[in-house]
Amino acid sequence: MSDDKTQAAEQLTASTTPKNGDLTDVTRREFFAKLGIGSLIVAGVGSGLFAYEYFSPDVLFEASPIVKAGKPDQFPPDSVTLDPQSGIYLMNCAKGYYALGAICTHLGCLTAWKPELDLIACPCHGSRFNRDGVKVAGPAPQPLPWLKVWLGDDGYLMVDRSTTLKVQEFVKA
Amino acid sequence: MATTIKSELERIRNSGVWRSIFRSGYGASNLHRAEAIQQSLFLHLFSVKIRSRVLEFKPTWFLGALTLTTFFILVVTGILLMFYYHPSVPQAYADMKDLQFVVASGVFLRNLHRWSAHAMVFLVFAHMFKVFYRGAYRPPRQFNWVIGVFLLLVTLLLSYTGYLLPWDQLAFWAVTVGSNIAKAVPLVGNKMRFLLLGGNEVNANALLRFYVLHCVILPLVAVALVGVHFWRIRKDGGLYIPEKREP
Repeated sequence: MSDDKTQAAEQLTASTTPKNGDLTDVTRREFFAKLGIGSLIVAGVGSGLFAYEYFSPDVLFEASPIVKAGKPDQFPPDSVTLDPQSGIYLMNCAKGYYALGAICTHLGCLTAWKPELDLIACPCHGSRFNRDGVKVAGPAPQPLPWLKVWLGDDGYLMVDRSTTLKVQEFVKA
Repeated sequence: MATTIKSELERIRNSGVWRSIFRSGYGASNLHRAEAIQQSLFLHLFSVKIRSRVLEFKPTWFLGALTLTTFFILVVTGILLMFYYHPSVPQAYADMKDLQFVVASGVFLRNLHRWSAHAMVFLVFAHMFKVFYRGAYRPPRQFNWVIGVFLLLVTLLLSYTGYLLPWDQLAFWAVTVGSNIAKAVPLVGNKMRFLLLGGNEVNANALLRFYVLHCVILPLVAVALVGVHFWRIRKDGGLYIPEKREP
């Protein structure tokens, strides 16, 4: 008798609770707590992105990668000429003109041409390269890059420091 | 005469103004002494009582306190140098030379800043070796060791950012090399270097960024970490001192 009553009562609650249960699943306090934490996460990520954007300059006052190296006759035959300002070597060899980046591939120091050694040498950690930019000594992990050279309309040799060549190219003038 | 001064000092110490600043009041009892430490913003980081053995030379060689002293010297001389130094490409090197040859006491302050910086790096390492070889990093002080490692990093970053500011050949190439080392970090290395220098080359933006890091951001981080570091000494049971061995 009493068992039947309990069963009936259980059935009654079982049929009514799902609806109420869904409503009371998240209390008002929990809802606002989740809303608050969610807002903090959004604000935190937003601040991170804002900081990243803010600290990345959109306009730079840096020199153009394209350099006017000089007239071809400025470079005597079989010569290596360093322009320290733009950080490039301009070579004049039997096959023609070509340019190498003068920034050491190890840690970015400016290298220098040593005529007595017939080598390019880095003062920082002793890397040495030959005229073709190939490393012959020291810690440099890469050869000096070959840069794109062309003869401009005004008769000047132009060098693009941002374009490195995979195959050796020579410019005749 | 002496008693007059003494009674006058006592009168000042019992005045309303004095008592409003130093609430602990005047007295030589243990309670008064403890309150004097505990109720001061600057002293409350420290224990109110320690064993006198801890204050001897042998346990610490005073390396932590000496590091703090060099840090104070660096803050004071650094602020004074800031009055003459412009963090801009045309002026930075000339200002550094002016400090050496034109500004009264400039060469003294600059050299004091420089030598204290060298001393601080040395003392931080010495302090860490001392802590390590005495085993003072062990529980319950393991977290304070971690704070100490971060303080080492901040010290080295302060040293590195300060190195660029004279804007001479040594500074320029050292930072060129250093920022290229940052480039070696996988994936984000190039971006890190770009953000650190504010560009692709060591130039005006890099000088200004290093200046702000050196004079504002890193010192604030250092002061915050030093505060936690000292407070943790008290919380972790005071300065480490080995138990006396049985003879």
